[in-house]
Amino acid sequence: MKLLPKMLKINNLRASIGEKEILKGINLEVKAGEVHAIMGPNGSGKSTLASILAGREDYEVNGGSVAYQDKDLLELAPEERAGEGIFLAFQYPVEIPGVSTTNFLKTAVNEIRKYRGLEPLDAVSFLKLMKEKAKVVNIDQSLLSRSLNEGFSGGEKKRNEIFQMAMLEPKLAILDETDSGLDIDALRIVAEGVNKLRSKDNATIVVTHYQRLLDYIVPDFVHVLYNGQIVKSGTKELALELEEKGYDWIKAEAVLQ
Amino acid sequence: MSSLNQTTDFTAALLAQFQDFEQGLNGKSQSAWHQIRRQAIQNFQQLGIPSTKHEEWKYTNLSKVFKQDYTFNSQSNLQKSDIEPLMLTGFEANVLVVVNGRFRADLSEIISPSNQLIIKTLAEVYESDHTLIEQYFAKHLNLKNEAFTALNTAFADSGLFIQVPHNQVVSHPVMIYYLNDSRTQSVAVQPRNLFVFGRSSQATIIEKYDTLGDFAGLTNLVGEVFVYENAHINHYRLQNERENAYQINTTQVQQNRDSHYNNITISLQGGLIRNNLNISLAGENIESHMLGLYMLDGKSHVDNHTIADHQQPNSMSNELYKGILADNSSGVFNGKIFVRKDAQKTNAYQQNRNVLLSDSASVNTKPQLEIWADDVKCSHGATTGSLDETAMFYLRARGIPPKEARALLVHAFAYEILEKIHIEALRAYLDEVVLTRLNQ
Repeated sequence: MKLLPKMLKINNLRASIGEKEILKGINLEVKAGEVHAIMGPNGSGKSTLASILAGREDYEVNGGSVAYQDKDLLELAPEERAGEGIFLAFQYPVEIPGVSTTNFLKTAVNEIRKYRGLEPLDAVSFLKLMKEKAKVVNIDQSLLSRSLNEGFSGGEKKRNEIFQMAMLEPKLAILDETDSGLDIDALRIVAEGVNKLRSKDNATIVVTHYQRLLDYIVPDFVHVLYNGQIVKSGTKELALELEEKGYDWIKAEAVLQ
Repeated sequence: MSSLNQTTDFTAALLAQFQDFEQGLNGKSQSAWHQIRRQAIQNFQQLGIPSTKHEEWKYTNLSKVFKQDYTFNSQSNLQKSDIEPLMLTGFEANVLVVVNGRFRADLSEIISPSNQLIIKTLAEVYESDHTLIEQYFAKHLNLKNEAFTALNTAFADSGLFIQVPHNQVVSHPVMIYYLNDSRTQSVAVQPRNLFVFGRSSQATIIEKYDTLGDFAGLTNLVGEVFVYENAHINHYRLQNERENAYQINTTQVQQNRDSHYNNITISLQGGLIRNNLNISLAGENIESHMLGLYMLDGKSHVDNHTIADHQQPNSMSNELYKGILADNSSGVFNGKIFVRKDAQKTNAYQQNRNVLLSDSASVNTKPQLEIWADDVKCSHGATTGSLDETAMFYLRARGIPPKEARALLVHAFAYEILEKIHIEALRAYLDEVVLTRLNQ
């Protein structure tokens, strides 16, 4: 078996918001080419983990480490993480009045290129790239000239996240509950987009509450996060087991430990 | 000529100056016009320069304004070449130049035909037809309560008269440059305007204020605007001055039925700016739009007081003032909406939204509604906060560094006002000023 290059290594990560400890020692290793699903009941810390990886400053990291491609991820500012190839698809994409998706993405693409020491894309190449990627996620061009996420439906917002992901071509994509609230058609479109972007060089972490998404984005590994810790890891069969039995048996096991 | 340094001295000197002025009038001191001036100086004498104890001046402290030694009525030898760098380019306009408060025909250039656009001084109007002055001058001003309006009125002997006759559409905007010549001394000036827009007329007025030289400048401007029925008027004001340029700018608008009046006030800098924008909606089916953007840094202070006075049914007023305040700058918004008993089916909206970019910037905002009619739609609200942190994180998570992210958000916030300016070159000019400021 060929040894896959290491991408992300989370070691005993502990974090809190205010007085409340949310992550109580997370361990996780992700290699290039892999898809990891993180599941768990509400309030288990899934979104906190996703936000911390993207660099949200509302949380305080109390211990542990996160190595990303041999860099100390926690030392990097959010925009530097994006420059290094990390992408978070937000659970709640932010509405930004007055900034069009096009203008926003042009700034983002060129700032990331600047970070990597590349020349900015000219207007023509940028528009060509937009057209090409819009096809991948089947997003309506007219949406892109409107204010970012303003007045978008839930499905449109999530599709826009995947479109941004396509534009920025991350090495490590973290999808934070991208499936929540989507009907089956929207879910399929989003999942297809993600699948088209998968390659042996990038990795995906799918944070989800529902097993259903994993029928469309098939994970290599499934982890169950409960009460700030990964209490169980397995393959995609674990997700099916969770779907059947719910989270209660995990909770019971966790208490016994 | 007077040299002054305190508000009390200032007041006393003005009173003495009024006596000189009156003697200089010779036979004309008995005129109906001068009776208004005489009443106005009495009002000013009673009111004095307002302190922060005055309800309408609570958050605007004038003391720094009166620490300067101002010269009144100072002459200026400004040439066209001195003014040209301050002029806007990219659109054809009727150019009117007012230097130290006086209209200068020699520096102005009117390109619209004289049947569309009539430009005179008030003195010329009085000479040719004094009934016009009696009909319009100081007709709706609050001379009993507003010291600066009274003061301006007391000394108004010239001023700018703009008239657009009935049914005339002035295709080129009227661009008025106010220049204070502070190259050799601090000057205080009192421009006076009377604009009369006839029935079904259409015009755009743009006012820009500049001070030349390093000394201080104080402008106390009063403008009266009459918008006859079915007229459509755009009125833009651009204030972007230094920290020792001070301005009190009172605009009283009288709107008749079916008319539209659209005011956009952009204040980008200035030591102290007080705008009073009062609109009387004195007919049915009127639309009034009041939009404002104040984007301040340093120690700039901008105070916008507005009134929308709905007197008749079925009219609409819409107000949005947005503030962006950095450094030690401060802002005041005080918006009043009156809906009189007869003004049923009024729609009146008012919003004031502020973004504070530093801990030492501040805004005092006070939206007020007084409604006597019972079948109306009115809303008002004010928000003040720092930039949305979730939006900042969203942009940064996409690779956009904090400075660029902030610029993107602030620009979008400001552009909601700028995009309403219908002259493309003017909008682009202001957008450039805003972007340059954001990228500093």
